[in-house]
Amino acid sequence: MAEDRRVLTGEHFLSGDHACAEGGMAAGCMFFGGYPITPSTEIAERMSERLPEVGGIFIQMEDELASMNSILGASWGGWKSMTCTSGPGFSLMMENLGLGVVLETPTVLVNIQRGGPSTGLPTLSGQADMMQAKWGSHGDYEIIAVAPNSPQEIFDFTVKAFNLSELYRVPVLVMSDESVGHMTEKVVIPPADKLGVVSRRFTKKKPGEYLPYEFGEDEIPDMVKAGDGYRIHVTGLTHDKRGYPVIDAETQDWMVRHLINKIQKNKRKIIEVEEINMDDAEVVIVSYGISSRVAHRGMDLAREQGIKVGMLRLIVVWPFCDYIIRELAEKVKAFVTVELNFGQIALEVERCAGGKAGCYLVPHAGGDVHNPEDILEVIKEAAK
Amino acid sequence: MNKTATPTATVSTDKLQHPMSDLLRMDRMPHIWCSSCGLGTGLTCFIMALRESGIDENDVAVVSGIGCTGRVAGYLNLDSFHTTHGRAIPFATGLALANPKLRVVVYSGDGDIVAIGGNHFIHSARRNMDIMVIVVNNFTYGMTGGQAGPTTPVTAKATTAPYGCFEYPFNVPYLAMAAGASYVARWTSLHMRRLKNSMAEALPKRGFRVIEIICPCPTAFARKNRLGTGLDLLKFYHDNSIIKHGADPKEADIGMSNKIICGKFVDEERPTFRDFLTQNVHEKLGG
Repeated sequence: MAEDRRVLTGEHFLSGDHACAEGGMAAGCMFFGGYPITPSTEIAERMSERLPEVGGIFIQMEDELASMNSILGASWGGWKSMTCTSGPGFSLMMENLGLGVVLETPTVLVNIQRGGPSTGLPTLSGQADMMQAKWGSHGDYEIIAVAPNSPQEIFDFTVKAFNLSELYRVPVLVMSDESVGHMTEKVVIPPADKLGVVSRRFTKKKPGEYLPYEFGEDEIPDMVKAGDGYRIHVTGLTHDKRGYPVIDAETQDWMVRHLINKIQKNKRKIIEVEEINMDDAEVVIVSYGISSRVAHRGMDLAREQGIKVGMLRLIVVWPFCDYIIRELAEKVKAFVTVELNFGQIALEVERCAGGKAGCYLVPHAGGDVHNPEDILEVIKEAAK
Repeated sequence: MNKTATPTATVSTDKLQHPMSDLLRMDRMPHIWCSSCGLGTGLTCFIMALRESGIDENDVAVVSGIGCTGRVAGYLNLDSFHTTHGRAIPFATGLALANPKLRVVVYSGDGDIVAIGGNHFIHSARRNMDIMVIVVNNFTYGMTGGQAGPTTPVTAKATTAPYGCFEYPFNVPYLAMAAGASYVARWTSLHMRRLKNSMAEALPKRGFRVIEIICPCPTAFARKNRLGTGLDLLKFYHDNSIIKHGADPKEADIGMSNKIICGKFVDEERPTFRDFLTQNVHEKLGG
C-alpha cells in the first residue's frame, strides 16, 4: 500500500473534522469502526476514503456500542484504532469505554460535542459532556482527555491522543466541539519524522513468561497481540496480573488502584496547559476548546480596561491539573471558568481552589458560543 | 499445521492428564458450571474439533460475552477475550479485521447473542464477517438464576415469567439464515460426535458461521419447568431430536414438547466482508 499517503505533509485548508481524521492517519491509525452522527460524521467519511489508501480498514458498524467494541478488538489484533461520535453516541460508547479501561486497551475516541441532553442540538455546539468524559462509565477509573480549540489543534491533539493511549494503555478521549469540528482553517501537517509518533510497547518476554497485567515502576504493563502465541486471557471482570478473574475485595483493590495510579502517578507528564498573560494576572480565566477562543477576546477587553487578567487554557483536561489550580489559588484573586455548560470543569476549579480564591462561572447552555461582553462582565465582578 | 506440543508419552500414572488438557487452562479448574449442564460437553467437542481441524492453535482467538457460556473463553488455553454482555461479536469483528491470520470464534449464550447482542448478530451475518459463532441455547438466563429470555419457549416458566412465557421465541437457525449466515447448523449436547464434526467442518471455512447447541440447564430452566435432571433432558433429546440436514430452518421452531430439528441447514460459501474489501477497495488502490 501507498505508505506515502499516510501523512499528507504540507499546508491545507481543512475543517476540524477532516483535520481530526488526518491526525488519526498521521498517528498510524489502521482501523476505524464508527456510526454516523452529526456533527462528527465527516471524520468517519474522510477515514472511509483515507484508510484503504494505506491498507487500513474502515467499517460502519450497526451502532455506537458495536463501534466502541470493534476498535477495542482491532487494538488487541495489533492495530491502532479509533472512532468518533457526538451526543447520544457518546452515551452509548460509555459501556465499553469501561471495558477498554479495564482491559487496558490503547485506542482513541473523538467526541465532537453538540448541545444536549438527549438529541439536543445535533448541528450546534456544546461542551456539556466533560464530566461524562471523566465519569461516564460505571465504576472507578482514570481517563485521559484532550481539548483542541482549532483545526490545527485537533490534528495535533489527535496525534497526541494516540501517543498517550499507547504510553498509558488507556482509551484517550478527544473532547472537541461542533464549532471546532465544523470550522475551516489552515492546518500544517509536518513531515512524518517530525510527528513524534509513539509505537506500541510490545513485551520482549517469551510466551510462558509473560503475564498480561504484570507491570513495573511505571505501572504500565507491556502488551501483546492476539495470534502471537502468548495465549492470553483478558476479561472485563476484576482480574489479577494473569488476567484471570478473581472476585474478591483484595484483587479489586489491587486492580482499581492500578488503573488510577498509572494515570495519577504520571499526571505531571500527561497534563499540558497553556498560560496566557499570567505573569501579573490577578484574575485567571480557565477555559478550553472553542470557549477558550471566545474567552481570549473577553480577556483582551478586560485588559483594555486595565484589569490584570490571564488565562489558563486546558489542553489536557483529564486528568485535571489540580496542582496548578492549587498553586494559583494561593496568589490570585479569582478564577473565571468559561465553558459551554452550567458548570462542569468549574466544579473542579472550585474544588482545587479550596476557598482560597474566588470562583466564578460564565455559564452557557450551548447552541452558540459566549458573548465576549458577558465574559467581560464576570471578569469585572471577579476583579472587584 | 498444528504447532502445539503433543502431550508427553512417558507420564507416571499419578500425573495422568487428559490428552487435550493443553487446550484448557487447567489452573482454572474446577469450572463454575453445574453438574449435568451441557456446556462442558460442548466445550469438549470444540477442543476435539479444533485439534482435528489441524488449524494452528496459536492462530485461534475465542471471544465470549457474559453469562454461563461467557465463561468458555476463560477456560480455553487460547488467546481469549471475555468481553461485555452482548458485545462479543463486534469485539471479534475488530479482532478479525485487524489480524487476518486469526480464526475468530465467538462462543456465547442465547441471551448474550440474540437478546442484548441481537443487533450485532444480524449485522455481522449480513456482512458475512469471518467469524464462527457458537450459540449455546439453554432457553434461559442461567447465570442470573433462570429468567425468561428471547429463546424461552411459549408457556415455559421462568423467574421473570411465573405465569409462563407468552412471548414468541427466536428460532436461532432461521434468524441466522435470514440475516445472511453462510453456515448454519444445530445440534443438542447429546449429539457429541455430530456436533464435533460440524465444528470441525465449519472452523476452516470463512464467512459468518453459526452453530447452535441445545443445552440442558438442570439448575434453572429444568427445575423451574419440572423437566427433571440433566440426564432426563438428554433422554428427552434422544427421544425427540430429528436429524434433518438441509431442512428449512423456518420449520425448526422449538416449543415445550415438539420435536427438535437438528442438522446442517445452510452451507453456502459467498464473498465475505474481507473479500469485498480486498477486491473492490485495496486492490483497486494498488495494494
